[in-house]
Amino acid sequence: MAIDFTLNQRPARHDGDPAMPLLWYLRDHARLTGTKFGCGIGYCGACTVHLDGAATRSCVTPMSAVAGRRVTTIEGLATDGRLHPVQLAWIEEDVAQCGYCQAGQIMAAVDLLTRKPAPSDADIASLTNLCRCGTYPRIRRAIRRAAAQLNGGRR
Amino acid sequence: MSAAPATRGLSRRAFLRVSLSAAGGLLLSLRPRAVARETPSGGEALGAFIRIEPDGRIVIGARGCEIGQGVKTSLPMLIAEELDVPWSAVTVEQLPYGLVAAKDAPGFTSPYGPQGAGGSTNIPDGWRDLRQAGARARWLLIQAASRVWQQPPDRLTTREAQVVHPDGRTLRYAELASRAATLSMPAADVPLKARSEYRIIGQPTRVIDARDVVTGVAAYGIDAAIPAALTALIARCPYFDGEVASVDDSQARRVPGVRLIFRVPGPKPGAPLDRNLVAGVAVVADDFWSARRGREALRITWTRPSGAADSSAALERRATAALAESGKIARQDGSPEAARRAAARVVEATYVMPLLAHATMEPPNALIDLKPKRALLIASLQSPGGASQMVHAMTGIARTDVEIRLPRVGGGFGRRLENDFVAEAVLVAQAAGTPVKVMWTREDDLQNDFYRPFGLHQLRATLDAQGRLTSWAHRVAATPRKYRAAGMEDEADWVGCLDRDGFPAGCVASYLSEFVPVDFSIPRGWWRAPLPTFSAFPVESFLDEVALASGTDPLAMRLDLLGAPRELPYRDFGGPTLHTGRLAGVLNGAARAIGYGRKLPAGRGIGLASHFTHGGYAAHALEVAVSQAGALEVVRCVCAADVGEIVNPLGLEAQMMGATLDGLSAALNLEITVKDGRIEQSNFPDYPLLRMAAAPDVEVHLLDSGFPPSGAGEIGIPSAAPALANAIFAASGKRIRRLPVGGQLKSAAKAS
Repeated sequence: MAIDFTLNQRPARHDGDPAMPLLWYLRDHARLTGTKFGCGIGYCGACTVHLDGAATRSCVTPMSAVAGRRVTTIEGLATDGRLHPVQLAWIEEDVAQCGYCQAGQIMAAVDLLTRKPAPSDADIASLTNLCRCGTYPRIRRAIRRAAAQLNGGRR
Repeated sequence: MSAAPATRGLSRRAFLRVSLSAAGGLLLSLRPRAVARETPSGGEALGAFIRIEPDGRIVIGARGCEIGQGVKTSLPMLIAEELDVPWSAVTVEQLPYGLVAAKDAPGFTSPYGPQGAGGSTNIPDGWRDLRQAGARARWLLIQAASRVWQQPPDRLTTREAQVVHPDGRTLRYAELASRAATLSMPAADVPLKARSEYRIIGQPTRVIDARDVVTGVAAYGIDAAIPAALTALIARCPYFDGEVASVDDSQARRVPGVRLIFRVPGPKPGAPLDRNLVAGVAVVADDFWSARRGREALRITWTRPSGAADSSAALERRATAALAESGKIARQDGSPEAARRAAARVVEATYVMPLLAHATMEPPNALIDLKPKRALLIASLQSPGGASQMVHAMTGIARTDVEIRLPRVGGGFGRRLENDFVAEAVLVAQAAGTPVKVMWTREDDLQNDFYRPFGLHQLRATLDAQGRLTSWAHRVAATPRKYRAAGMEDEADWVGCLDRDGFPAGCVASYLSEFVPVDFSIPRGWWRAPLPTFSAFPVESFLDEVALASGTDPLAMRLDLLGAPRELPYRDFGGPTLHTGRLAGVLNGAARAIGYGRKLPAGRGIGLASHFTHGGYAAHALEVAVSQAGALEVVRCVCAADVGEIVNPLGLEAQMMGATLDGLSAALNLEITVKDGRIEQSNFPDYPLLRMAAAPDVEVHLLDSGFPPSGAGEIGIPSAAPALANAIFAASGKRIRRLPVGGQLKSAAKAS
């Protein structure tokens, strides 16, 4: 049975295996490769997307759980070509090294700032996405910068 | 890619001298041969790296493998500086791996020069040839303007992509490019800018393709796709040198999307590991998920080679026994034995360094399309030259007809200096007869690596009656890196495991550096700053132990040993010399920044360490708190680095920050262990990289000594672990002699 859902604000349909993780639908079928594979067990966060606006590890989310819901990936975060303040902060703070985990980091940070517009150090430290390059200090700075931007109402 | 004539049967080493450095980088010794030619875009090429577009855009080719070390930004900066263009006018394009048949002799030449990533060599290499590439193109543009204006070239200057006439008139590079492109490159090197003239080098410069990264557009090897390519996963034998005994694929064949299942042979037992690592069964399918489900449905039994009985416990017993035997002496100064007999006091300690996996965030993968006489490879690589040779050797396709694209790479750390995953892609594509992408899961990655060697370091120092250091002996019993490594046949066993000329060699009258090899069947490789990370922890920890025994302050003792600023011979990778003044400089810098010597509350301590790595110098100073219960907190973390002239301070700061956290991550928690011949760890929960909550901020202090630049990617890692251990001792009195720290502090707290 086909699974209908919304992908980056457009209608989408999956006719294949309902047990297929959302990550592999995105990467192999929708050809949205910005969402990355890191561990396959929902631990590292490289595959983080938004499901109805909430950060979700797509490598352990079966397509059956996506029916009727809104999926947003890193490719869908900018609106009308305007980058999200978190994306801009990531550029400003020069966060990326290899960059592989950063799509997941950004999706997790956007979710955090939605829940906690003025995150404490402990809130930021609660993010569990892994980065092998050690960009954490700049991620913290970028989140604080984005929070200031968002709270300033400039978007 | 150009279709160069086939060169089958010719010696590929005749012109392309590829040497495996001590740190494992494939170093192409050729300089790029810049050839001016017209390009299809309408822009004009000035040499191999520069294209000037009619609208004034300056397109600069990035030749390196971008593994997170920032070379896609920093190398084009070197070219843009000498070309004398504003960075804002520059667009960077990634170049493919370049190889053309040599004109007058057998073999190949490289249009771009070195393209691999290993040994922190990109910046020092580019410092020599890429600045010259920019300067030569600028020279051509000046020649072109000189003809337009009928002015001698030495009266013309340049400024922001324009040539300037003595009377102040200007011609834009875009106006001159087509004329410049018809001129011949200068035969000899042209003068470079004085440091005072720099406008780009030394400026904080952001990652050039950061927008692509944050929008998910940046393509990594794993993102590569070509029409008709199938996806393959391989079920690999859990024992190195094991084979498939039997396979029942009846269930796997029923999985929708699974197309083909076949055996993949492994290397012959004991043979060099120059192809794939291990035997297995390949499942070729329409997509990853089908391949994964197919692989899970296989029933395989494996043969059990002799290594199937081995374990980490047995390995450590063998290493301990090996330390009791005499090994190969790599360096001896004076007479450590005589110093021992005359000593007022002997200090001894043994340190344990674990096996480590690389765990790049992007697991290995490779996409290959094999045609009868040409091939296309897209993969995340550190050694494209090695990949090119491997595809040629396995298929017979001429190296010039193997096109290799260089996407962004999701971390290297030395894992991708090996091309075993490329070999797998070739084997699977040959058997399947279609283009194929071989994918690895995290479990595949952690269990099929070339691991950082395991070793015991036995250190012995002697003191005279005044507490002065009279001898230093460093004996290592380790699993040699050389084990079955292709290209290391002529190397000594200790290469990559014994830092014979590292500090304090040359600073102590009697000195011994000795190596005893330990048997182990599991493959070893290069792990970020391979020798320095293996050696810095025992040496810099032991310096603190000796300082304690002699009643000296650890910083004062180091500075005293380093003595007057001078160059000492250093014969291994990163040499030929080690500058004691630069090592003292980073130590002092780190000590000053953290406020070394200030009074601390109980349970707090500061530790220092420094190291010479691949031609660069770094020191760490950490302040930690250790609670009564053994809970550890890094209160402050300082890194001081001297890598010579600074190309991109923003990128350099990132490298030092990241390397520091990588060093702490490994020191705190990471270890690979073996039981019954199998790797015990399988995914991140049992190989727990540092997370945000445990990662301190890193205060980076960049010292500009004015020396020509070394690289930066590996320089900031080795001294982090010993600085941590020295701080832990200062805070708690507990000396860490085994990595990782893991639960040792909590166990010690319970025991006391």
